[in-house]
Amino acid sequence: MSDPLLRLNALDAHYGDFQALYGIDMQIHDGEVVAIIGANGAGKSTLMRSIAGLIRNKPDQVQLREQQIGALRADQVAHLGIALVPEGRQLFPSLSVEENLMVGGKVGRAGPWNLNKVYDLFPILSERKTQKSTSLSGGQQQMVAIGRALMANPDLILFDEISLGLAPVVIGDIYKALPGIIGEGMSAMLVEQDISRALSVSSRVYCLQEGRVSLQGQTGDVSREDITAAYFGVAA
Amino acid sequence: MIEWVNVVVQGILLGGLYALFAAGLSLIFGVMRLVNIAHGDLIVLAAYFGLTTTILLGVHPFLALLIVMPVMAGLGYVLQRGLLNQTLGDDILPPLLVTFGLSVIIQNALLEGYTADPQNLDGGAIETASMPIGGLAVGVLPLLTFAIAVATIAGLQWIFYSTSLGRGFRAVSDNQDIAQIVGFNKAHVFGLAMALALAVTAIAGILLGIRTSFDPSIGGGRLIFGFEAVIIGGLGNLWGTLVGGVILGVAQTIGAKIDPGWQLLAGHIAFLVVLAVRPNGLFPRVEH
Repeated sequence: MSDPLLRLNALDAHYGDFQALYGIDMQIHDGEVVAIIGANGAGKSTLMRSIAGLIRNKPDQVQLREQQIGALRADQVAHLGIALVPEGRQLFPSLSVEENLMVGGKVGRAGPWNLNKVYDLFPILSERKTQKSTSLSGGQQQMVAIGRALMANPDLILFDEISLGLAPVVIGDIYKALPGIIGEGMSAMLVEQDISRALSVSSRVYCLQEGRVSLQGQTGDVSREDITAAYFGVAA
Repeated sequence: MIEWVNVVVQGILLGGLYALFAAGLSLIFGVMRLVNIAHGDLIVLAAYFGLTTTILLGVHPFLALLIVMPVMAGLGYVLQRGLLNQTLGDDILPPLLVTFGLSVIIQNALLEGYTADPQNLDGGAIETASMPIGGLAVGVLPLLTFAIAVATIAGLQWIFYSTSLGRGFRAVSDNQDIAQIVGFNKAHVFGLAMALALAVTAIAGILLGIRTSFDPSIGGGRLIFGFEAVIIGGLGNLWGTLVGGVILGVAQTIGAKIDPGWQLLAGHIAFLVVLAVRPNGLFPRVEH
């Protein structure tokens, strides 16, 4: 297999004084969709924040292609092609819908995504573009958050709990849009508590448990029992 | 009757100057939640820079702005990135203490460099010129000051709401982590905000220096006027800040009309009344 797009080498990440990740090794290849599952507090969000640069680590612990990015600031990581759709959407409340999307394109990377393309993907946003982002429904806000990340034309997009707090029908809509997004050759990392959703769109899965990788494999190869054991740390 | 109309008109025009004192203060608080205790002293520093420029180059103070504005903006950027960024965090005390220290340093440096003698910027004929408006003789300088204040606030408003720089300011103000994630280096954005704020300070300092005499100790008073204008108008609303400045200015001129000793007191009382009745100011942040 070719060199991975992203490689984590024995990543130990701390959240304040608390060590949240222990020696995580992980690879993501070009065009691959990887699911990260795990219980609350397993370290999933810390993993996302470490990759995105909000938590800074040793340079060699996070590697994007040949480049060591573990110690870079989040804005430097963004310019190198990693975008995050954060947990809880976290739109900018004082910016309109369109402005939220425009700041996403701030890094100015070349690629297929622009305002029109995002509006094609989520037509409702073009009707709401002058509204304040906080006036949208939860599902529409999630579309803005996804659009904002796409506008950066990243090589790797990180989705942190995109179904959290949304109605099942809305989650279904968002997941229906995912193949159209990832089909552009982007790699994606998907953190979810909804395991079956995560597995349905991914080709490989890592399970985290108390800051360590407790299971990894091709989505088709891991059984429900394996996942239950890795998820809860007990034999099913 | 016409006397009182005159008092109110003078107060409104004075309010323009106070709004200029306040605009920079409001801007940096809005973007990075930094309360800059040295703001008044930076205004006085700008006035002294103006003094040096006019003397060295023999130019009119307004022309000196072409030099003082970029110098103050550059100073703002360096100050923010070199010093103030390190004080920002969850605790609001460090920036207060550091800018207080900065205030003391600026005052003493000015004393050392320029002595305590009152100085004045020579605005020439414009200082005493007036024009008749509806039976009143309105000073050209106050009128011009007010017009510049309105133009400055309109300019800041435009930068904030219609440019990518302004989107960056608002994004970083909303959520620093997420702004960083989408590619804004907040240290740089904060530096730009302080540069813009001190460019406005340069305008305020030059206009102050033409209007009245100044010495190194008057920064604190200008800071108070600026604070009061910001609070009266409502935090985060630049047009509100202009209204706040006007209310403060009118209160002061009415107070002075009743008894010259009441000028400052009347302004502070107006401020306290607004604070008691509308703790968030008259026009708390309007969303666009």
